[in-house]
Amino acid sequence: MYTQALDTHGKEPAGGAEADPQVARFQARIDAEEKIEPKDFMPEAYRQTLIRQISQHAHSEIVGMLPEGNWITRAPSLKRKAVLIAKVQDEGGHGMYLYSAAETLGISRAQMLEQLLSGAAKYSSIFNYPTLTWADVGAIGWLVDGAAIMNQIPICRCSYGPYARAMVRICKEESFHQRQGFEIMLTLTQGTYAQRTMAQDALNRWWWPSLMMFGPSDADSKHTAQSMRWKIKRFSNDELRQKFIDITVPQAHFLGLTIPDDELHWDEASQHYHVGPIDWSEFYAVLKGNGPCNRERLEARQRAHEAGRWVREAAAAHAERERTRSMQQAAGVAA
Amino acid sequence: MQTETRSEAQQQAHCHYVLRLADTSLVLGQRLAEWIGHAPALEEDLALANLSLDLIGQARLLLTYAGELEGQGRDEDALAFLRDAPEFLNLALAEQPNGDFAHTIVRQWLIDAWQLEIYGALEHSSDTRLAAIAAKAIRETRYHYRFSSGWLVRLGDGTEESHRRVQESVDALWPFTHELFAADEVDEHLAAEGIEPHQGVSLLCVEELGAAAHRSGRCAHAPDLLAAEQVQAGEIFAGFDHQPALFERNGAPGTGCRLAPDLAIDEAADPPVRQ
Amino acid sequence: MTESDWPLFEVFIRSRAGLEHKHVGSLHAADARMAVEHARDVYTRRQEGVSLWVVRSADIVASDPEEADALFEPARDKIYRHPTFYAIPEEVKNL
Repeated sequence: MYTQALDTHGKEPAGGAEADPQVARFQARIDAEEKIEPKDFMPEAYRQTLIRQISQHAHSEIVGMLPEGNWITRAPSLKRKAVLIAKVQDEGGHGMYLYSAAETLGISRAQMLEQLLSGAAKYSSIFNYPTLTWADVGAIGWLVDGAAIMNQIPICRCSYGPYARAMVRICKEESFHQRQGFEIMLTLTQGTYAQRTMAQDALNRWWWPSLMMFGPSDADSKHTAQSMRWKIKRFSNDELRQKFIDITVPQAHFLGLTIPDDELHWDEASQHYHVGPIDWSEFYAVLKGNGPCNRERLEARQRAHEAGRWVREAAAAHAERERTRSMQQAAGVAA
Repeated sequence: MQTETRSEAQQQAHCHYVLRLADTSLVLGQRLAEWIGHAPALEEDLALANLSLDLIGQARLLLTYAGELEGQGRDEDALAFLRDAPEFLNLALAEQPNGDFAHTIVRQWLIDAWQLEIYGALEHSSDTRLAAIAAKAIRETRYHYRFSSGWLVRLGDGTEESHRRVQESVDALWPFTHELFAADEVDEHLAAEGIEPHQGVSLLCVEELGAAAHRSGRCAHAPDLLAAEQVQAGEIFAGFDHQPALFERNGAPGTGCRLAPDLAIDEAADPPVRQ
Repeated sequence: MTESDWPLFEVFIRSRAGLEHKHVGSLHAADARMAVEHARDVYTRRQEGVSLWVVRSADIVASDPEEADALFEPARDKIYRHPTFYAIPEEVKNL
């Protein structure tokens, strides 16, 4: 859901990879829109790229539960509370589908969790921003989920079977998330002055990070080209970002909100909205771990993991004991 | 169901009773929501969120009904958000802090066992609206009970540490179970109309708790103050209100009694140590 | 089994009587009862499945699409390229 072009670098094998007949066969399958399944031959770089991308995607879902989960106990009505719980539950579920898909490639959930908690793994930068007001919950649904949907739909057709199938399941569940967010913004903008101001403030803070979710311009990156060739990536970052902008600006106008960009304008010639320059230094800083909430969110997950260790151990110990008991019983019966 | 000559006291008691159920579900649902994102494993985040969602759903139905019974135009949100703390009628047990995972599981298990009995009885209530809500809720509660009793056994019969933590939680939370069986004028009013089960919640709920605690062998046992009393299946704990009618109605083992005869409650006081 | 290693289970769901069970994904659980609950929580939040199967991933035997001889027996019948599925003999170095 919150995939981002964070790191599509894979290790290129030495020598002409295409010379290898197995690799050539593999590429031919991809070109023919065949799905690659877990036990099929795949170049190491393809496998590593997918492990990285899928696990980052999964981490993003998990970390993403926190900024929204923050507002569950304080939702302004019982219905909204219930809807938000369901949404956050969905996000956890999406993380699980994705961890599942990644595990088919040779990495374990324990390893991925270790990477996340140690700070080694990346996740979508968008979840390093705080949710300061209830309007933020609306903005996240409307903008962040909106951007995520834009990224995700093409991945439903990616070449790797488990990832594509996970994406199909995720996209089906996603539809209510964005609507929930937009509806919150609509309610606020039709409300009191304080509510309208709150909505505008949320948009001001979430607009640019949402655009950054699509990742830097990849026109010159040869790694993007490789991901496209392997049909992991189906559209460029810029294409997806532009699509998002064109769809979202009219929605903001409908809400009566102002996009925080002096240079935003409709370009008649290209039939697109043009935005001002994106501050990529902020993006890289946040990605490196210096966003407002990076440390706090990671620490929260670390604490939960540590605090839960005795629970997981107990469950494992009990299961072992039960297995021994039933084996002994079976032996007793057989004897 | 309601005769035209129903007194105001009856009407108020009715509303009061529904609010008690509603507030318990609401407060417990709210407590569980605090866990989301902080559970021991991702799967448990989802499980606790599921419980929370179910309970809030129950609360919404019950609060809406309570508001109608009250007849002052208050809807579910007005009741949930605009009452002050002293006006809430939930079980004290429901609002106990989450503590660690063991504490949350024990609290959950106690309330699940109680809700199983209460919703089960309310399915036959003369109040058809309440009966319908109970019929829906009990399906959820059966799953909740499966979840919480499963974890109780895993933790009680897990490691030394998990066993210690669960025992501490049982010791701390057991005193709150007294309220599960207390009956007052509100209950009398409603029992008279056949809305709530006669004499409140089944004692068998307590026996079930003891049985579940015992089932794992190494698991938590009820605190000593109860163990000191001689208890047979169907008899009553000293210190709880005497409820002879219930005993007579459900006395025979097997008819609504979940216990096998050999898991009598006095064994739970001193569980045999299993290898 | 360590705490970090609740085994992997594959989940199959029959969404309606008359249909077959379909593979929907995987999850981790300490025991089978927990696996069923997790599967129910994660994979049936919208479709009311009528039947759930959970199977330890390590118990599934799969056909080898390559048909080529593998160096190690486990490679032929484990369904995932999962490092912990492979019991590599001590004598083998560099793995």
